[in-house]
Amino acid sequence: MFNVDELLLLTIFIPLIGGVGIALLGRYPNIRECITLITAIILWTQVVNVYDYFQGGIIPKAGPYEVLPGLELAFNVEPLGMLFAFIASTLWIINSIYSIGYMRGNNEPRQTNFYICFAVSLFGVMGIAFSANLFTLFLFYEVLTLATYPLVTHKADENAKKGGRIYLMILLGTSMLLLLPAIIWTGALAGTLDFVPGGILQDKAPYAVLVLLSLLFMFGIGKAALMPFHFWLPAAMVAPTPVSALLHAVAVVKAGVFSVVKIVVYIFGIDLLAETGSADWLLYAAGFTVIVASLVALRQDNLKKRLAYSTVSQLSYVILAAAILTPISAVGAAMHIAAHAISKITLFFAAGSIYTAAHKTEISQLDGIGWKMPITMAAFTIGALSMIGVPPTAGFLGKWFMLQGAVSTQQWVAVGVIVLSTLLNTAYFLPIIYRAFLVPPKETGDHGEAPLPILIAISLTALGTILLFIFPDAALDLAKQMVGL
Amino acid sequence: MSASVSSLSPAILNLIEHLPALQVAIPMLGAAFVAMMRNGLLAWFVSLIISLLMPIIALFLLHETFVNGIVSYALGGWAPPVGIEYRVDVANAFVLVIVSVMAAITLPYARKVVALEIAEENRSWFYSMYLLCLCGLLGIAITGDAFNAFVFLEVSSLSTYAMIAMGRDRRALVAAYQYLIMGTIGATLYVVGVGLLYVMTGTLNFADMAVRLKEIEETRPILAALSFITVGLSLKIALFPLHKWLPNAYAYSPTMATVFLASTATKVAIYLLIRFVYTIYGPSLELVETSAVTVFVILSLAAMFIASFAACFQKNIERMLAFSSVAQIGYITLGISFAVKTGLTGGLVHLVNHAFMKGALFMCTGAMMMRLGNVKLQAVEGIGRTMPITMGLFVAAGLSLIGVPGTVGFVSKWYLALAAFETGQSWLAFAIMASSFIAVVYIGRIVEIAYFREPKGAALLAKDPPPSMILPMIILVVACFYFGIQADLTAKTAELAADAFLSSAQGTWGAVQ
Repeated sequence: MFNVDELLLLTIFIPLIGGVGIALLGRYPNIRECITLITAIILWTQVVNVYDYFQGGIIPKAGPYEVLPGLELAFNVEPLGMLFAFIASTLWIINSIYSIGYMRGNNEPRQTNFYICFAVSLFGVMGIAFSANLFTLFLFYEVLTLATYPLVTHKADENAKKGGRIYLMILLGTSMLLLLPAIIWTGALAGTLDFVPGGILQDKAPYAVLVLLSLLFMFGIGKAALMPFHFWLPAAMVAPTPVSALLHAVAVVKAGVFSVVKIVVYIFGIDLLAETGSADWLLYAAGFTVIVASLVALRQDNLKKRLAYSTVSQLSYVILAAAILTPISAVGAAMHIAAHAISKITLFFAAGSIYTAAHKTEISQLDGIGWKMPITMAAFTIGALSMIGVPPTAGFLGKWFMLQGAVSTQQWVAVGVIVLSTLLNTAYFLPIIYRAFLVPPKETGDHGEAPLPILIAISLTALGTILLFIFPDAALDLAKQMVGL
Repeated sequence: MSASVSSLSPAILNLIEHLPALQVAIPMLGAAFVAMMRNGLLAWFVSLIISLLMPIIALFLLHETFVNGIVSYALGGWAPPVGIEYRVDVANAFVLVIVSVMAAITLPYARKVVALEIAEENRSWFYSMYLLCLCGLLGIAITGDAFNAFVFLEVSSLSTYAMIAMGRDRRALVAAYQYLIMGTIGATLYVVGVGLLYVMTGTLNFADMAVRLKEIEETRPILAALSFITVGLSLKIALFPLHKWLPNAYAYSPTMATVFLASTATKVAIYLLIRFVYTIYGPSLELVETSAVTVFVILSLAAMFIASFAACFQKNIERMLAFSSVAQIGYITLGISFAVKTGLTGGLVHLVNHAFMKGALFMCTGAMMMRLGNVKLQAVEGIGRTMPITMGLFVAAGLSLIGVPGTVGFVSKWYLALAAFETGQSWLAFAIMASSFIAVVYIGRIVEIAYFREPKGAALLAKDPPPSMILPMIILVVACFYFGIQADLTAKTAELAADAFLSSAQGTWGAVQ
């Protein structure tokens, strides 16, 4: 029916088409939610389809469509993008099931808008994942920012407005003031914006300009939440939990680190950065963020805020892995994108489950909740173990490859950061589990587990966290293809 | 004439030959005709027909310039340089297309707002003034004669004063008076400059003037003439700090006039300035080396920042958009002062891009005005709920103003920033980005008020305007996005226009035949 290239284009546009369908039939809640689920499932099958072609040696491409001379929209499939698209589309299905339980369970207003914006966000994610040049990446990056703004401000109260303001100002601000000039500058220097293995800036710019460009790129990608541009992520926690779960633990933040890795690998090139040392600072900036964000997470009593700071810290793991600048650590970066995605969404699902069933948001309220909500808290425990990096959970894999890369190039700072932060992860996750299961409850609030859709979703992702450890091959192959191992 | 045209009958061929004259003559005669009508609806209909005709002629002329380069037309058969010459290259044709297309999109929108805001007995006068203004603007863009340009400048200005004065309340009179004073000073300075040039060169014809200026080079009267003309036109352009007339004029004039003027009037004055600087002075002055360029860069930056900041503090949406216009003019003049192809293209493409987005924004604001009676910030609270289409289109056009990728605003920014890097002035690229980011603040403020507050008073009962107004708004917003993804038509034409200006600065605009 479609040739390979049309298939790719269709895959990107499926969520948008679904969004239009939701908008048209928004007045019938059941049909609307069906469309969301069906769209998510179709998207997933299409992504798998693209993956099959890709592994069969055919690389689907779409474009280039010229916007103006020197500026093109173009899509293609490369391993990291494939991995990102696969993670996002898989988790969208689970998250949609969860959303139905959560949004209905909490009687949220304006649910149609919610599902439309969610679909448009996924459109942005697919565009980012399959972008073949910096302009296309940037365009969908901004689509994602703008489509998630109404989701962050969904509650439409004073808090939501404030959170939304920080969200928009930091994300748009960094991308417009730092990232865009970096992109245009790259275009002026290299004469192209395409992602090319090995990079496009070889011999194109002097050392100082390379350093400046790397600073502009890395801080310009605000979604990667490198300190000091991480404030938007805790601010985004005013959103309904499904948004925090899929978008602010997976789609948006992964789009950030994905862009970082893409730019390091395909714009600068690992070799160029390793030879010139123009991005050495990144290792320290990422290491700093990992440690400081973990320390801040320790002090948060609000569960979603603690998870948010944990995300800030985990994102910088990925940046750190990329900054080690060895192929094996880049594999670690890719694996950590996958592992963190599935683990952190589990943790957020648990937070939303607790909110829906018990209306609790603070960690200090969670005494003994593990016995009332065993499925939720079991899943939470698996997610937390994965974040700490304990086998048999997915989090172990990424850390393993990162450590391997850091040790093999004797970058002891990176090793130190990984070890220290593992301790800190333990310090901010274990007390929650301890409270939930071992501290007797203070009050005798009467509540059971969350609604069924939520439990289905949370079990699936918890299971996924373990399965990814046992069967890492598909993800690992893609990660290795990226760096040509 | 191109091959496709030569097969047509002699009568039509004859007509086609006179298209440059018709471009100006039709609205002028139409204005006289409409002024004699007593029925406002009929006046609107005639104006609509004329306005729809104008882009056809303009596009035809643009096509001609693509094929033949320069189209020269001797008005009344008097050979230039003695007679008045209409001289059209890609650059003028580009401006003609912008003005006439915006006119054609504005007119369908105009019927309802004019019927609401202007008394029955004045409506045909209003449309008559509009047609005169259109005639003047098209005339400035098409003519190849310095004094003729002055005449059209005055035609457009005088009719504009009259249109503004017909505004909703008495503040319109003050605004019109302010503009009258400023505009007259500007026109006087311009005509003094032209007078000096005439004394020195003995000609008023642009092409002839360019050739003769080269012979006398940088004499003092010539430089004085340039400064008179630049300052005079800068007043019409509303270049910072000569912009004081603009916010009031836009805020208090009838909605239809605001929409039309905001998307066309200043653009034409900018065109005339570029024509003088590049085509007429270009061959004899080293543009880049004149200190005027530095002054222009500084003023452009001042406009981009100060006017944008001012926009953040306005309590009335129309005034906010007006200040934003002053800032956007800063982008255009900045692009011009790069004096390289990329920069000039950026400036020129922003002429059309800004016309689309500001046209759309003022149309949306006009619709709010119609439903709410005013567009103060308190009045628009919560209208995201009650006027969803209008507000949605406002946000979409606002995104374009911010310059989000995929919109026309981004295309302009791209060219301007690229020019900054190409000319080794990287810091200017950051300045461009920083100033465009201020738009996030003032558009975001409206978004928060319209969506996060509960509607009250008139806003509770407000609803989206009728289709005749929605449709032009949608067309402009779609244009904002379409030409942001597929900028062939706008950006490539702007590139050709930039080429035309740059090559004319080498003295190739052609001697008089």
